[in-house]
Amino acid sequence: MTTVEERYDFSAKAKKNLFVTIGTGILITVLGIVLMSTDGHHEDVAHDAEHGFSWVNRLAVDIWINNIYFTGLAIVGVFFFALQYAAQAGWSASIKRIPLAFGNWLPYAGVLMLISFFAFGHDIFHWTHHDLYDINSHDFDSIINNKKGYFYWPLSEHPSVPVFFIGRMLLFFGLWYYLFHKLRNLAFKEDLEGGTAAWYKMRKLSAAFLVIFAVSSSVAGWDWVMSIDTHWFSTMFGWYVFASWWVTTLALITFIVIILKEKGLLSIVNQNHIHDLGKFVFAFSVFWTYIWFSQFLLIYYANIPEETIYFVERWRNDQYGTIFFVNLFLNFVFPFLLLMPRDAKRHSAILKVVTPIVIFGHWIDFYLMITPGTLKANGGYGLVEFGTMLVYGGAFLYVVLNSLSKAPLFAKNDPMLQESLHHHV
Amino acid sequence: MSNSKFILGVYEEEDILLLAIKNVRAAGVKIHEVYSPFPVHGIDDVLGYKRSKLSIAAFMFGLLGTSLALTLQVGMMGFDWPMIIGGKDFIPYPSFVPVIFELTVLLAAYGMCFTFFIISDLKPWAKPRIFDLRITDDKHVMAIDLDKNHLDVGKLDKLLKDSGASEVNQKNFDDV
Repeated sequence: MTTVEERYDFSAKAKKNLFVTIGTGILITVLGIVLMSTDGHHEDVAHDAEHGFSWVNRLAVDIWINNIYFTGLAIVGVFFFALQYAAQAGWSASIKRIPLAFGNWLPYAGVLMLISFFAFGHDIFHWTHHDLYDINSHDFDSIINNKKGYFYWPLSEHPSVPVFFIGRMLLFFGLWYYLFHKLRNLAFKEDLEGGTAAWYKMRKLSAAFLVIFAVSSSVAGWDWVMSIDTHWFSTMFGWYVFASWWVTTLALITFIVIILKEKGLLSIVNQNHIHDLGKFVFAFSVFWTYIWFSQFLLIYYANIPEETIYFVERWRNDQYGTIFFVNLFLNFVFPFLLLMPRDAKRHSAILKVVTPIVIFGHWIDFYLMITPGTLKANGGYGLVEFGTMLVYGGAFLYVVLNSLSKAPLFAKNDPMLQESLHHHV
Repeated sequence: MSNSKFILGVYEEEDILLLAIKNVRAAGVKIHEVYSPFPVHGIDDVLGYKRSKLSIAAFMFGLLGTSLALTLQVGMMGFDWPMIIGGKDFIPYPSFVPVIFELTVLLAAYGMCFTFFIISDLKPWAKPRIFDLRITDDKHVMAIDLDKNHLDVGKLDKLLKDSGASEVNQKNFDDV
């Protein structure tokens, strides 16, 4: 079988559509803010008299949700790419360029996250309040004070800037981007030079990346998400965040592959590759549920107040009680039942319905991880949530598609390409 | 099934075998079965096999397991001998999930396995028809039931030879 180089053309129309999406998102967000500051404001203030609540808090939290969610998509795209090399997988040679393109969001994600932390850190993270660590203060919190080193080391005497926390953030984004950059360069070098040298180098680099990613993704989950509920902790949390990121990325890869295929591109991708991607989405939806439930069941069963508070805030709560079950339906029941038959995974019609459900469902999952701990009773879901999601989604897709159009859609010199062409399941 | 006659085409390579199956079927011959020492990719497609309904059976057995686990636990914990455990309700559904999962998987696996044994007529006392001992070693064998094909042996012999068979044999069974 011969292969002709294929390129994705990021057309002016597609660019315009994404700009319209971002513009609509900004409009919807502004509209939501205006409505919030005129309507219902007086009601919210009564709930939370201590901390004055305003639309800034809600916007900050929504931005943080999107930061986490899209950072995850970017880095787990690179993780998928690296995994293929470390596992010496052959089938995926035809689709590897798509997850690789996700990594281009990393520098933007890092900058956005740093800026958001400095701009809104106090609205999101309770532990950033200085009087928590002041023994003479009324607000002194001995539990958080004991965790001080995790955020402020080595400046633990008079904490001002969380050096250790920000250092980790910089380190992770730095490492991730560095390794992504090296992998991408090797991949493009292979296009020009051929041979197997690049493949072997990428395999070594991928193995190193996987080790670094295993640690950094977990710590990132504790830092950026779990530390919001500062008193609470769960040893499963790193995996839980990773499982959510991973299945979202798999769903997005599948969705983009199907859309590109419908545009007549990716001619070397056949039903068997689609089937494998479908199996990935199905299997890791179940994996996410397994992790989610493992965390939930132990806390439910042990019934220790300092642990159950996490689910009391989310499940036994008028505000989030419904969405708590929506989360399980979107991310478990739908993909589990809809993707169970073999044909559903082989044909794009059902995958095209299920993957957006999963992609949206995991946004809801991150919403549930972040909002109840930050906004408490003032949280909600409305225009601001939807608008910020559109802005970030549009920007992310713009960066990804733009970089996808800069290189061939599959590596013609990949040593695994022949295996991928003959893939049969 | 008594006194059945088969004509056997013996093939050396799986690529030749796949092509031969296509050609033989195109000539209007019904193939009884093809035996190979290892799984051959794409062989069920060229043989025109319909997808097995085994997965539906597995799903049904899984559902049976789910309902059995629910009935078991709700019956025992809710009605037969209610106990307060950890301050939970008498019927705490989240605690039931591990057992629901285990019984679903157990019944789906066993159910699928035994369904497969039954539809494949696999039993310890079954007397297998051995067409050619070399199918467990290095030869692929295509078996054609002479009673079901109204072609004479000479023509079939030529057809199989032309399609790449290294030898063509006959085999008779007079089992019950």
